[in-house]
Amino acid sequence: MDILLQQIINGLILGSLYALVALGYTMVYGILELINFAHGEIVMVGALVALAVLAGLAGTGLPGPVMLVIATLVAMAVCMVAGLLIERIAYRPLRTAPRLAPLITAIGVSIVLQNLAMIIWGRQYIAFPPILDIQIYELAGATITNIQLLIVAVATLGMIGLVLLVNRSRLGRAMRATAQNRDVAGLMGVDVNRVIAATFVIGSALGAVAGVLISAYYGIGHYAMGFILGLKAFTAAVLGGIGNIPGAVLGGLLLGIIESLGAGYIGDLTGGFLGSHYQDIFAFFILILVLIFRPSGLLGEQVADRA
Amino acid sequence: MLSLLPESLRHDRRLVWATYAGLALLLCLLPFLVDAGMGRTWVRILDFALLYVMLALGLNIVVGFAGLLDLGYVAFYAVGAYLYAILASPHFGLHLPFWVLLPLGAAIAGLFGMLLGAPTLRLRGDYLAIVTLGFGEIIRIFLNNLNAPVNITNGPQGINLIDPIQVAGLPLSKGLDLGILTLSGVHAHYYLFLTLTLLTIFIALRLQDSRIGRAWVAIREDEVAAVAMGINTRNIKLLAFAMGAMFGGVGGGLFSAFQGFVSPESFTLMESIMILSMVVLGGMGHIPGVILGAVALTLLPELLRYIGPLQQSLFGRVAVDPSDLRMLLFGMGLVLVMLFRPEGLWPSPKRARELHPDSPDVSRQEQEDLYDASR
Amino acid sequence: MKMRLHMILGVALAAFATASAAEELVRIGLAAPLTGPQAHLGQDIANGARLAIEEINATQPKLGGQPVRFELVVEDDQADPRTATVVAQKFVDSGVKGVIGHLNSGASIPASRVYNDGRVPQISPCSTAVAYTHQGFDTTFRLMANDAQQGAALGEYAAKIGKRVAVVDDRTAYGQGLADEVVKALKARGVEPIAHEFTTDKSTDFTAILTSIKGKKPDVIVYCGMDAQGAPMARQMRTLGIKALFLGGDGIQTAEFIKLAGTATENAVGSSPGLPLEKMPGGADFEKRFAAKYGKIQLYAPFAYDSVRVMVDAMRRAGSADPEKYRAELAKTDTKGVVGHIAFDAMGDLKDGAVTLYQVKEGKWSAVETLGGSSR
Repeated sequence: MDILLQQIINGLILGSLYALVALGYTMVYGILELINFAHGEIVMVGALVALAVLAGLAGTGLPGPVMLVIATLVAMAVCMVAGLLIERIAYRPLRTAPRLAPLITAIGVSIVLQNLAMIIWGRQYIAFPPILDIQIYELAGATITNIQLLIVAVATLGMIGLVLLVNRSRLGRAMRATAQNRDVAGLMGVDVNRVIAATFVIGSALGAVAGVLISAYYGIGHYAMGFILGLKAFTAAVLGGIGNIPGAVLGGLLLGIIESLGAGYIGDLTGGFLGSHYQDIFAFFILILVLIFRPSGLLGEQVADRA
Repeated sequence: MLSLLPESLRHDRRLVWATYAGLALLLCLLPFLVDAGMGRTWVRILDFALLYVMLALGLNIVVGFAGLLDLGYVAFYAVGAYLYAILASPHFGLHLPFWVLLPLGAAIAGLFGMLLGAPTLRLRGDYLAIVTLGFGEIIRIFLNNLNAPVNITNGPQGINLIDPIQVAGLPLSKGLDLGILTLSGVHAHYYLFLTLTLLTIFIALRLQDSRIGRAWVAIREDEVAAVAMGINTRNIKLLAFAMGAMFGGVGGGLFSAFQGFVSPESFTLMESIMILSMVVLGGMGHIPGVILGAVALTLLPELLRYIGPLQQSLFGRVAVDPSDLRMLLFGMGLVLVMLFRPEGLWPSPKRARELHPDSPDVSRQEQEDLYDASR
Repeated sequence: MKMRLHMILGVALAAFATASAAEELVRIGLAAPLTGPQAHLGQDIANGARLAIEEINATQPKLGGQPVRFELVVEDDQADPRTATVVAQKFVDSGVKGVIGHLNSGASIPASRVYNDGRVPQISPCSTAVAYTHQGFDTTFRLMANDAQQGAALGEYAAKIGKRVAVVDDRTAYGQGLADEVVKALKARGVEPIAHEFTTDKSTDFTAILTSIKGKKPDVIVYCGMDAQGAPMARQMRTLGIKALFLGGDGIQTAEFIKLAGTATENAVGSSPGLPLEKMPGGADFEKRFAAKYGKIQLYAPFAYDSVRVMVDAMRRAGSADPEKYRAELAKTDTKGVVGHIAFDAMGDLKDGAVTLYQVKEGKWSAVETLGGSSR
């Protein structure tokens, strides 16, 4: 029983990380119907920038949490600028181009970011400095750490904040209008370019936070850490219903738990026929199944598919 | 075949034939010229360039003709390669000849193409990209793990000692003795690959000019209109997947036989993206452009090799790894081409006119049409 | 343009050759990843070989009475199987007399076929996959204990610690090959692994498989993979409250491993083929000479150094650099090198290769015991 509980906790933590990244995908998709392939790389940039800042702060003697906050703020700032630039350079000129075009640039941007990071930070894994006291709490035989609790808290706050932003603020109303019909929103006085740029900036800032949390939790950062993470987060967004903010979180948590329970029990359930080597397949299978049978996801509205 | 030539040359029949004869002679002599001038290594690189031309032409059917963005193309390449490896190596002790295996590889890969295509047909472009990417990864993960409980693929170790292609009972990899001249292994493979590449080009050209080819283009440009014109989009799309996959399957078989060793690390997502880059950079949908893209991107990493020593002599140290630069250039190429030259480096004249019309009014009209179509 | 460049190079080479016309030039190829994630290890190999070549040339070597000078031709295989065959082809065509390399088994195996077709002997200083020497080629040799030898050592050590052993591998050619040998060695000692779990060389989250293993109450967890995954795994073992010993192969027996996971690595045990440098017969002296020219030894330099020496020795005994003549002598090698006693078995594998186990003590690797090899 304690093992099952532990697996569920493991899944929730992993799922919270997926959820944080998925929020970025879902926002951009909601407004532009574009898969921002580069979002996973933004998360990576956030993590590596934060690690560089932490390395710079190493000798200052500041308390650990303060250093972490500074590093996170710098990472958010860098990622916001990066998100803005990507939107401006790679996506905006193609907004009216055939569908294939922005998708190919998105892949291109993702490769460029990854390789730039590799040239700047090198190919080696970068260690997260031991600035945080890791507290381990026992819970009915299972364990949970303070960093893990922080991850859950940030994911929850991020979701609530975004929902409030979209539903209650002026910018949020403009976003919803733009998502519904860009041309009409423009005619109604919404500065569409600004709204889209703001979406990218907010998504990137959240991505940076996710990146910092991931590197703090796993203790490492690496130029290639964003790609698979991005794919899984995208799967989470699709599972929850892409464009839907609570859906992204629900999808992330579900995917995390499925992966965790799957990898933990598949070997014993199938008598060793299948094993934990198929952990990465679950996400892809879910993605394919959802897209085929319920493209609108769990919480998405059924909309007619526009070809 | 005529469309391979610039328009200005097409009226004069004699000139056309003279050009073809010259081209044929050049292609026949190329390995010897390259061997003499730059060494046999470059003949091997030439072999790989031809292999990638076949792969890129296959992907071009899916992406260029039918407009379906396939990010998992390497899966078919892998299926072809592993099929050959499993049926012609000591792994199971089977040693089927290549003239059985290459068509079989094409057929099985084509079947996989249909299996993959069938559930994804209703999906839009961007979802399709993600799903095909997922399929590509699933295939790779299975290849990597199917060594237990039954050892089918030998897992991460890969399959070794794959039979070389045999001609008249003699392995091609050891070279051919033709009496008057002896061909080395890489030379012999060059001619085999060249023959198959020409066959591929021929098939691709015939497809392009056929009813099917026009149907693909119709789907690419406007699926709703295509349906209205009475095109069975489901079958036509499936056919695109199957045809593209078949080329990939043959390419995989040749890779297996030429290398003598296959392992899952040759079939990563990056390989898919590289083949996609060849198609996109060269000119989606334009066969000569795609050939150019494939040759250029195969040669590029080899030329980048000289950048390391060059930096060494200029700055006294290697500032940027050539292999780091390779993927960076691919990525930037994809972005820049999409932004400034979406028709590719060597586009078909028709497509270039579509995307760069003489009058700005036409351009605006075209853009608006596309925008409306995409909504 | 290309042709012109080659002509200029040709003229330059010709001018260079006449300068030392009295000596015959014998060229030896070296292939390793010089760019990419393993570039530092590739350079290590290249430098080890360079040192050997320089030292040999300083002795005014003769082959069959004819004065010769050795030259090392270094090529980058990018740790990629396809590039490796291109490099191999380059070596065969340019008429090198022997090849030292490659680093990765995934590169060495496809390349070895090209070398065998071209009849060029190849010594890999550090490819450890068993399959490399088991292809029936008489041109392939290896100077390091292979995965079977290392896996046996890990299995032996794990079985000594406890009866409840879990194995995790990262599904790479290296990790899976090593894990299979560990399992084999465990079973040979009557220990049935309580779990065999899997991950990938790109994963960071191992909580699911570790929790599953925790439920089976392990004494030892053997991880067959690299340091970049081993480090977070060691951390996650801590937070999950797993007390079992963390045991791994040479992939985790690195300074990076300790740097990445800090105190979570304390008491972890890692194996490495070969003797520890300080125990190598010529280790201290070699380290001094190497440091003077190239700085710190990463890992493989002594093996590359000995590879060159063994190859040149075989040429000396044969009195010729002709591969067909000295290959048979190479197979008969029986000598003492920096890394210890060197002799090849019928497959071309190092006879009785040594494997050393190290443990992390106060943030540093320190040797615990050496299994096999000439130390006995």
